[in-house]
Amino acid sequence: MEIKQESSIYGIAAEYQTPEALMAAAYRVREAGYLKIDAYTPFPVEGMSQALDIKDKWILILMLLGGFVGVFNGLLLQYWGSVASYPLNIGGRPIISWPQMVVIMFELTILTSALTGVFSMIILNGLPELYHPMFNVPNFDRASQDRFFLCIEHKDKKFNVDEITSLLEKTGALHISQVAR
Amino acid sequence: MAVAHAPHDKSHKPEMLSDTQETELIIGPGHGYDSVTQKIADTVLVRPLSWSWLAMVGTAGMLLGMLLCALTWTFLMGVGVWGINIPVAWAFDIINFVWWIGIGHAGTLISAILLLLHQGWRTSINRFAEAMTLFAVVCAGLYVTSHVGRHQYAYWLFPVPNTMGLWPQFRSPLSWDVFAVSTYGTVSLLFWYVGLIPDLATLRDRATNPLIKRAYAIGSLGWRGSQRHWHRYTALYLILAGISTPLVLSVHSTISFDFAFGLVPGWHSTIFPPYFVAGAVFAGFAFVLILAIPLRAFYNLRDMITMKHLENMAKVMLATGNVVFYGYLMELFLGYFTGNRYESYMTSNRMFGEYGWTYWTLIFCNGIITQTLWIKKLRTNIAWLFFISILVSIGMWFERFVIIVSSLHREFLPSAWAHYNPTFWEIAMYVGSMGLFTTLFMLFVRALPSISIAEMKELVHHEEQHGAH
Repeated sequence: MEIKQESSIYGIAAEYQTPEALMAAAYRVREAGYLKIDAYTPFPVEGMSQALDIKDKWILILMLLGGFVGVFNGLLLQYWGSVASYPLNIGGRPIISWPQMVVIMFELTILTSALTGVFSMIILNGLPELYHPMFNVPNFDRASQDRFFLCIEHKDKKFNVDEITSLLEKTGALHISQVAR
Repeated sequence: MAVAHAPHDKSHKPEMLSDTQETELIIGPGHGYDSVTQKIADTVLVRPLSWSWLAMVGTAGMLLGMLLCALTWTFLMGVGVWGINIPVAWAFDIINFVWWIGIGHAGTLISAILLLLHQGWRTSINRFAEAMTLFAVVCAGLYVTSHVGRHQYAYWLFPVPNTMGLWPQFRSPLSWDVFAVSTYGTVSLLFWYVGLIPDLATLRDRATNPLIKRAYAIGSLGWRGSQRHWHRYTALYLILAGISTPLVLSVHSTISFDFAFGLVPGWHSTIFPPYFVAGAVFAGFAFVLILAIPLRAFYNLRDMITMKHLENMAKVMLATGNVVFYGYLMELFLGYFTGNRYESYMTSNRMFGEYGWTYWTLIFCNGIITQTLWIKKLRTNIAWLFFISILVSIGMWFERFVIIVSSLHREFLPSAWAHYNPTFWEIAMYVGSMGLFTTLFMLFVRALPSISIAEMKELVHHEEQHGAH
């Protein structure tokens, strides 16, 4: 396989003053046909996912599945404990008294769903990842404070340093830099 | 970066905001992304340790030591060192358990329910309210583990497979309680930590000490604010809020089942779940106020925890307090209306019996004095709010005392009647648990941002957008 020319580069990053400027730039870059782009912001900016065309629904799906696992686990646990493994006959009351099982089933639904959600978020996001090329971007420590960054990644099919740089210059970026890997 | 709300167009500096001014603002004017970040992060990173903080931690630490002594003595000698007896087998342990766990409810209510209801004012109080929840659950957990008769078997509360083939009694509300409280503790911790991740990244990027920087970097899991990450993060946060909402309502309902499923007069009542949940929120908001009022004064956060926040919390207290008061009146009515001899005896014994003064204390603290919150002048008076919050905390403690001790000490037959007096160890454990709470909270205030930085910036962004026109 051919070794790519700029493999030491992760991408090209641009820094913006406001979330609005970043949003406008993101739309512009998307219109220019770039797909492998990402934004870095200190807080979740409303509408940014649409701007970058991110449609990931896995958290919702996995949390729903986690909830189902939890509710069945709750049922199974109580059925096993009080019906199969150690049935107690108390005054001839029915052994399978399912209404009494609802509370624990509910609690385990929430517990499993929450645990699934948090671990899915961490794992799907590839965290913990203490080193990332984006940390090489000058001024990137402000991406968690008051600056907004856009990065067109090297893996984009249309990746070309000069074209991207001139495109980003037109979007009102404060600073444009090549991101070392 | 002028913030919205045109009618308040006086250009104050954030620090100049006095308590009576700008009562409608939820964030002081003049705040931008950088000033918000700086202000909250500097409290943790730059501000030197003050003598008052050290004195506070020192005092709390001594109380914590007392707690450890009381726990050790209880573990060594058994719960016989407490003043409990038969029929008053539950006393300070369960009173304090319910008191602490009730306090915790406001944290989840603020972080989950108010988020779903789009209450913007929750933003600056949710972080430390969640921390409060977490530490309150820790304190509550102490009582659950120490109140069992054989402490070495406390793990039997959980369904651990064992060679004896024994399981917890899943039909018992006490077993439900174990699941409810441990789920609540876990989900609160997750919610709190997820909220902290972006803020830990901010602290990482601002810290200058390499060791501290590394610690925050590990805590933040290397968060870099990528939109792909935010996308999943916000989805998670919203769903967590959604599932925490029924959870928080279920937890105190389940705790009320511990009583309501019993046949003891004064416990066996269908009014308990809603009445307990309202009481928990009531006590919790009182405690948030007790924490918020000194916090905003010491760390000069008057522009972030504004009068609007305090007033809104006072309103929630008034509303939930009245639900609780209605519950008290309903209990009186039902006690006589049932025509049941034991119920009506219990009701009059509650008011005029040996512990009658505790009943009138709770009526005064929870029902009467809170009515002053109808008046805006008193609702916005910080000293009065602080005073009322302390009274409510006392009142809610006495509520649990009345429910538990007054009901138990008069059994069905006079031959089983008994008195209850707390011993030194019970009081030491109670005061000590406050020491544990205070120690944890003081450490939290210095080690982690007590206001959510990312969410405050979202708020600034929101205010800017809506201030544009």
